[in-house]
Amino acid sequence: MTRGYFDPIEEIDTSPTVSDEIKHTTCYMCACRCGIKVHMKDGGIRYIEGNRDHPVNKGVLCAKGSAGIMNHYSPARLTKPLKRVGERGKAEFKEIEWDEALELASEWLGDIRKTDPRKLAFFTGRDQSQALTGWWASQFGTPNHAAHGGFCSVNMAAGGIYTIGGSFWEFGEPDWDLTKYMLMFGVAEDHDSNPIKAGLSKLKNNGAKFVSLNPIRTGYSAIADEWIGIRPGTDGKFVLALIHELLKADKIDLDYIVRYTNLPWLVIQNPGEADDGLFVRGIDDEPLCWDTGTNQAADARLAGVSPALTGSFTTEDGRKAVPAFALMAERYLDKSYSPEAAEKETGVPARTMRRIAAEIADVAFEQQIEIDQPWTDWAGRKHDKMIGRPVSMHAMRGISAHSNGFHTCRAIHLLQILLGSIDCPGGFRYKPPFPKAAPPPLKPTGKPDQIAPNTPMAGPPLGFPAGPEDLLVEEDGTPRRIDHAFSWEAPIAAHGMMHMVITNAHNQDPYPVDLLFMYMANMSWNSSMNTAGTKEMLTAKDEETGEYRIPKIMYSDAYFSEMVAYADLVLPDTTYLERWDCVSLLDRPICSAESAADSIRQPVVEPDRDVRPFQSVLIDLGSRIGLPGLTNEDGSAKYPGGYPDYLVNHERAPGIGSLAGWRGEDGNSHGTGAPNKNQLDKYVENGCFWEHKLPPEQHYFKHANRDYLDYAASVGFIGSANQIIMQVYSEPLQKFRLAAQGHGAVQPPEEHRDRIKKYFDPMPIWYPPFEGEALDTNEYPMHALTQRPMAMYHSWGSQNAWLRQIHGTNPLYINRKTAEAHEIEDGDWVWVISHHNRVKAQAKLMEGVNGDTVWTWNAIGKQKGAWNLDPKAPEAKTGFLLNHVISELLPPKGDGFRYANSDPVTGQAAWYDLRVRIEKCSAEESAETAPQFPTLEPPKALPERPGILRYGRMYSRSAKRGDGQ
Amino acid sequence: MTQIPQNTTGTKLGLVIDLDICVGCHACAVNCKEWNTSGHSAPLPDTDPFGENADGVWFNRVHTFECGDGADSRTVHFPRSCLHCEQPACVEVCPTGASYKRAEDGIVLVNEDICIGCKLCSWACPYGAREYDGDAGVMKKCTLCIDRIYNENIAEEERVPACVSTCPANARHFGDLGDPSSDVSRMVEDRGGYDLMPELHYEPVNKYLPPRPKSTGYEEDRPRRLTPIEPTNEVEEAGGLFRWLDKVLTR
Repeated sequence: MTRGYFDPIEEIDTSPTVSDEIKHTTCYMCACRCGIKVHMKDGGIRYIEGNRDHPVNKGVLCAKGSAGIMNHYSPARLTKPLKRVGERGKAEFKEIEWDEALELASEWLGDIRKTDPRKLAFFTGRDQSQALTGWWASQFGTPNHAAHGGFCSVNMAAGGIYTIGGSFWEFGEPDWDLTKYMLMFGVAEDHDSNPIKAGLSKLKNNGAKFVSLNPIRTGYSAIADEWIGIRPGTDGKFVLALIHELLKADKIDLDYIVRYTNLPWLVIQNPGEADDGLFVRGIDDEPLCWDTGTNQAADARLAGVSPALTGSFTTEDGRKAVPAFALMAERYLDKSYSPEAAEKETGVPARTMRRIAAEIADVAFEQQIEIDQPWTDWAGRKHDKMIGRPVSMHAMRGISAHSNGFHTCRAIHLLQILLGSIDCPGGFRYKPPFPKAAPPPLKPTGKPDQIAPNTPMAGPPLGFPAGPEDLLVEEDGTPRRIDHAFSWEAPIAAHGMMHMVITNAHNQDPYPVDLLFMYMANMSWNSSMNTAGTKEMLTAKDEETGEYRIPKIMYSDAYFSEMVAYADLVLPDTTYLERWDCVSLLDRPICSAESAADSIRQPVVEPDRDVRPFQSVLIDLGSRIGLPGLTNEDGSAKYPGGYPDYLVNHERAPGIGSLAGWRGEDGNSHGTGAPNKNQLDKYVENGCFWEHKLPPEQHYFKHANRDYLDYAASVGFIGSANQIIMQVYSEPLQKFRLAAQGHGAVQPPEEHRDRIKKYFDPMPIWYPPFEGEALDTNEYPMHALTQRPMAMYHSWGSQNAWLRQIHGTNPLYINRKTAEAHEIEDGDWVWVISHHNRVKAQAKLMEGVNGDTVWTWNAIGKQKGAWNLDPKAPEAKTGFLLNHVISELLPPKGDGFRYANSDPVTGQAAWYDLRVRIEKCSAEESAETAPQFPTLEPPKALPERPGILRYGRMYSRSAKRGDGQ
Repeated sequence: MTQIPQNTTGTKLGLVIDLDICVGCHACAVNCKEWNTSGHSAPLPDTDPFGENADGVWFNRVHTFECGDGADSRTVHFPRSCLHCEQPACVEVCPTGASYKRAEDGIVLVNEDICIGCKLCSWACPYGAREYDGDAGVMKKCTLCIDRIYNENIAEEERVPACVSTCPANARHFGDLGDPSSDVSRMVEDRGGYDLMPELHYEPVNKYLPPRPKSTGYEEDRPRRLTPIEPTNEVEEAGGLFRWLDKVLTR
């Protein structure tokens, strides 16, 4: 053979040494929490890959995780504590030493704590250390704490937890191996990023049918067998139509309903009275059913009773009562719930809804699966098989981010329950520590007698109200929290309402705060609704005093985000590869349906900047201001070793700490046990995670599985090993409604009564999203949505040299036919106009989107100069933020009051209720997005942006030969 | 001109990419970049990385497009990298012999030491799989992770290209397409795997598995709607609760 005239044969090293050392840790490029192996070579990071042994990702790693090196070495990393010297928002700082920063912070915090601890508003964003931050807030004594759940997914969490004692989100998963039919609602990218991709792959290879309801066909929806481009905010209507069809044909699992749900419980029918709609209860407060065997009322929880599902009964004290099942069936059999009635709102043909109802009934009941696995039910009865109804569902942001999301989520759970497909083979599965009681007996703290200077609160800031008496309101109904969570405006705001903090703090509603302390939350940009207004509120001054309306702002972030510019004091955090961290069972763990698990991060490299991990700083600050849980009796710091010291030695309750693995002095117990000083070493040895695999008899029916319930109680997941009964009919909701009807000691102020009456229905309802109802939809005919791209996680990604080559800008996607009607072509600039504001974007036409919907990728747009990007970067010129047109408040109602743009039950931010119209820009308007904001100048200590990046050159062949360029 | 060597072993290493389950997440593209920027062809530079015109060398890129109109349209995610053709025009046009195809396994590589950066190969490749490193002035491309697949320093099950190892949806497979009994060959056989642009006769080794036909009606022999339970006598109300009245169910 001839070759070219130089003709050398290339010598290839096919077995180069990959790394000097492999360090395991946990990814933090999104919230999925995959296990990673970091290959270290010559002191640098050679390669990050998924850990094959890890329960979450089993070796795979997504685009974000694979780009971790670029976040770690980002030129946007902060380098030293900063103190503001210019006006807020200008990013004019001087660098200060940590001693000065911590002294100043302690002075601010200490002054507040000894006067009125509520004047600290402490909110964290994409924080994975909420077990620490929530506890710290309690120790401080402020109820004004939450993480970002209120603007993310609380509808899913609360909708699930109040109904089935668990939830979608990351607390449950489809039975990917056995399911034969899957319905996915409103999911683009998710917390469960890699497991969903792996699961869909299994599903398709197994020949299961995958149906995706989503106004937009991208990513997962693109590979669905059937994509239903439903109108945004109408999924609940669709689901209730399926329920109508199933009930009409009696295609429901009655045995399942009787054993596992509260549908047989008797509900008092006493209209106008204080007990109307509550359960009939016996002398020990036990719920009663009508036992057809004995023909009398009986404890509804007993094994062996034969409860009536229909009929009307009279209790011993003469009250009329009916089983909840009858109320449920009667409601959804009504033709207002028929597929025909749902056609108009959903835009989905009735025949499609009827067909899908038939398909899921067929799979559930004609294709049931049986696993030869004996198990014991809650009552101790042995079963030789596990029966499965292999229909599974998953739902997320597209359901959650609407003002009807809580009820829609409950409707989906009701559909699952009627099919008997919760925690059965092939269905939806709980992940430990769920299921828990629906809801768990954990109440929010912050009532008047629970707050005092220099005193910790007796409980957590967040919890699950079971009735009006659990609200955090003054006697006149005024909210007690700065975000108005757990008030009549959002009674079950189980994750707080972070999206309202800045607005309310600015308005001093219900009182002024002194210090806004935030972590990892880009609230002056993509994490706020009404971004421009938020910037104004952060910089607004009191006319009389000339002081800022929000007097002090302290912020911790690893990067030069837009929010840094608004802080008076910046505490620079480390990257995820430089820190200890904990993914705790007390927070949002990494469990699977077949295992309990938690994990840690360990530092794989030392910081090369003067930065400190936030959690250690928080513990340090707590010791400095003398928080009892962080201080010894002699005043010294209880955890001088910072966060790792705390992770090992802090006990929340005797024997229960941040980490469940290798507890006990000898490290031989798990779940509970004394602190083990070698615990972190054991985690590191095991790849930085701990996993307890459940034995096969505990894999399903966890809500009613004697062995699982006993295990869960023994390790502290649940308080007692009682059966967890699904609450289709929600008595807590009815209690709120009764209060609004004028009953009980705690009642809503007059102006909130109608709203509570309407939306606290004890069974799922559907109503149109609020923003559309408050506007003339002829003026705003379109829906506008955002999605999270799989290769980018919020604003963190834009500093990433590799990921921003994939998503460096974001167009406004418009259905081709709709665009043609507006004479809009690809690349045209258009205004997206809402009742609140307008934003300019560049159009991109596509087929796979609902005709009445426009959308874009979330959080690609940037303020010029932020994240140490070139001010000419496309993120700031053509990339845009839909947040500009979303108001945090609904249009005013008759009396001028403006509710938060939120779900009325949970306070969940209703991002996706947005209504807009689009108008083509004039030819004179500049080809750049608007609104624009002043260019931010990065702190001087930040490195210059390189003109070329040659990452890996140090490992190249030429470098090895010593002739590197 | 560089000649194509006779394959000495019959081994044709390559990728099989499943378009039915690729969700377009870019994991393969980024993990490829991450491995290779410090690998055999290191570095894979990025120009103006934080600026207006960021542009980098990527051996694997994912394209998302729609085909068809309206209800008949579908969205396809299409990962694109070197196909390691059996008749690679990119090799044949190389004036220096820098571009070559290995006789033992069919992998197409570039010897950077003798590449003069003339870009003839990128003009010749109809798939756009070549990546010019303007910083070093040489052409680079997918090596099929030649520094992973034979690497005795890593666990045997990990000796696959980075894109295959990392793919969350398991849409990428690596193996010997010259061996009809290999897993990848069987997959191609079973699923109707196909060549990209076969009419050009470059005979790509990599294969794509087409999207499976979509079932919009589940199975044709299954019911299209449910049959409502009808009342059996006059007392019972249509659509009423009668059907559950006499059910004896035990907890």
